[in-house]
Amino acid sequence: MKRVNIVKLAVLVLLVAVAAVFSFQPLTDPQKGIPLGLDLRGGVHMVLQAEPGKDGKEISKDDMDTAKAIISKRVNELGISEPVVQTDYDKKRVIVDIAGIQDPDKAVDIIKTTAKLTFRDPQGNVVLEGDQLKDARADTGQGGRFVVNISFSPEGARKFADLTSKYVGQRIGIYLDEEILTNPTVQTIISDGHAEITGYSTLEEAANDAVLMRSGSLPVSMSIAEKRHVGASLGVDSLQKSIRAGIFGIAFIFLFMVAFYRLPGFIADFSLIAYILIVLWILKLFGAVLTLPGIAGLILSIGMAVDSNIIIYERIKEELRLGKSLRAAVESGFSRAFATVIDAQVTTLIAAVTLYFLTAASVKGFALTLGIGILVSLFTAITFTRFVLRLLVGISPKMNTFWYGVRREV
Amino acid sequence: MAAKDKNKVNEPSKNSNAGVASYEQVQKMHPLYFNLVKKRYWWFALSLLLLIPGIISLFLQGLNLGIDFTGGTMLDVSFNQAVTQTAVSETMKSVGLDGKVQLSNGDTSALIRTVPLEEDQRNNLISALQQQFGDFDKGALKEDKVGAAMGEELTRNAFWALLIACGLMIAYISIRFQFTYAISGIIALLHDVLVTVGVFSLFQWQIDATFIVAILTIFGYSINDTIVIFDRVRENEARMKRGDSYEDMVDKSVWQTMRRSINTVATVLIALLAVYILGGESTRMFALAMLIGVFSGAYSSIFNASQLLVELKQRLKLLPAGTKA
Repeated sequence: MKRVNIVKLAVLVLLVAVAAVFSFQPLTDPQKGIPLGLDLRGGVHMVLQAEPGKDGKEISKDDMDTAKAIISKRVNELGISEPVVQTDYDKKRVIVDIAGIQDPDKAVDIIKTTAKLTFRDPQGNVVLEGDQLKDARADTGQGGRFVVNISFSPEGARKFADLTSKYVGQRIGIYLDEEILTNPTVQTIISDGHAEITGYSTLEEAANDAVLMRSGSLPVSMSIAEKRHVGASLGVDSLQKSIRAGIFGIAFIFLFMVAFYRLPGFIADFSLIAYILIVLWILKLFGAVLTLPGIAGLILSIGMAVDSNIIIYERIKEELRLGKSLRAAVESGFSRAFATVIDAQVTTLIAAVTLYFLTAASVKGFALTLGIGILVSLFTAITFTRFVLRLLVGISPKMNTFWYGVRREV
Repeated sequence: MAAKDKNKVNEPSKNSNAGVASYEQVQKMHPLYFNLVKKRYWWFALSLLLLIPGIISLFLQGLNLGIDFTGGTMLDVSFNQAVTQTAVSETMKSVGLDGKVQLSNGDTSALIRTVPLEEDQRNNLISALQQQFGDFDKGALKEDKVGAAMGEELTRNAFWALLIACGLMIAYISIRFQFTYAISGIIALLHDVLVTVGVFSLFQWQIDATFIVAILTIFGYSINDTIVIFDRVRENEARMKRGDSYEDMVDKSVWQTMRRSINTVATVLIALLAVYILGGESTRMFALAMLIGVFSGAYSSIFNASQLLVELKQRLKLLPAGTKA
């Protein structure tokens, strides 16, 4: 009996230690680990609100999908890894998250362009619309000049052939809304639908125009309802500070528990380690993004997770003071504390759930970590702590109750 | 130790209550014991004393709402040189903008608050600042723009979240305990929220979206704290016998859970202090709101919630049959 328990305990401690060591890398890996929010690695978060047009037409789900596709395309053109573009159909919004960006101003510029692309004759009449443009690419042309190569759909090619045959030697305009993007001179008649626009002084300039031509126009006009931008080094700084706060917070809670509850305090600390591991893995599996409020929630949840242990241990102490044996005290302490722990945690869970469903995206991360934290702490306190305490009692049922924080003559 | 031996001798005679500590035992266990329930009007008065300045301030000056609520643009710019408040304000005026400027970090960082800026207005401001004060650290730039509509939405959602959480908690506590418990718990809870909001109003600390989070978390935490005491009251209430005093039973219950109340608050305060001191600027006000709320939550759980329960039960004549007040 005794030996079996000792072996079980040793195996358990070893298991948690191994799990902790092997979890470190996959959880903290910059690419595959728990993704960090923009506030922790720098980036731009934008909420684009679709505005109903002047004609009072309803914004349809289709419009939103098209808007999202176009914005996604524009964002992807920026060449940033894993931008996130989401739509909120209810509120007619497109939410854009771009992390690790060098020049956020340029990104904002390109995304918010709602303009409609048109080709116009020298008199300014619209001859061709942007949706007939198939592609536009920046390139280095003959003689090292910078150009944009454009190609049209069959219908567009026909119209473009008409346009160029009519106005050889004259300038045609390519407009974004009422703003002229470029006005190349027609050199020859272009009938195959492939044209080269010259006259760019840098490749970047050409590329910018190409992006604008290529991504087409948004079906609805959009305004920036919210924009949050955190500089890259500021994000790293916040991350480091929160990690430091977490380490110190956890260390002091560990010390506190051992000082007040002695042996069970150690067990509480041990199950806290299991708790932290489980919470982090669940966050990873959910694909949750760890934000600054999320980390604050996590640290807070650790402070609250020990609560279940405290309730149980205080109950065990009470039972011990009443003269019960260690084994009986642990058993009745657990069963009596069970209802308390459930009721206490359910009420906190109610707050976390309402918070999750009723608040802005920026604080959802906090509600999520808090909620998961509560559920996991219930689990670890009821199963893990109980299991380890039983093992310990099994190993040494006559142990001086001093080690359980109660002074009593046996 | 003599006292404990005496209690042990006493135990077998109290057969019906075997395995349950007596009121006297509980009193002796706590060196600082004093009656928490009899003096309840003092605690109620103390709570009012804490609440009234905050409430007056809320009426007179309200809360210092940040751009998350009012809508606006906030720029936190770190320059490579020291700047002055007037110079930054002048630069803003040069591009037709008005707003608040706050300097920090040896006057090299400027926090600018103004109306929600359109992108070209914003770019004008940035280039004007650059022209005036030279380059700034792009990596340390923090910029928030919140449209007015978004701010209204946040306030509305927060209000609904509070109301719904309140309703759900009353329902849950009424089912698991009794309606009187639910009402007492919720009053204690609103006390904590009001204390926190009141302090923020008194000192005119600026609040943002994380403040809402803090308030809702205080909501969850404070009721949790109260529930553990109520749980003991519920347990002891079921054991009450003819002629037992309800006040004494509640007093005993609060003291039986005292160690837990204090130790839990201690661990949560440790966590919050760590975030407050070490966690950086963005989470500092959140941690501060939580610190106030948690402290108030612990106080109201011990000194108000169960006392309110006694008061309610007495006034509404809902005491268990055969017991006295």
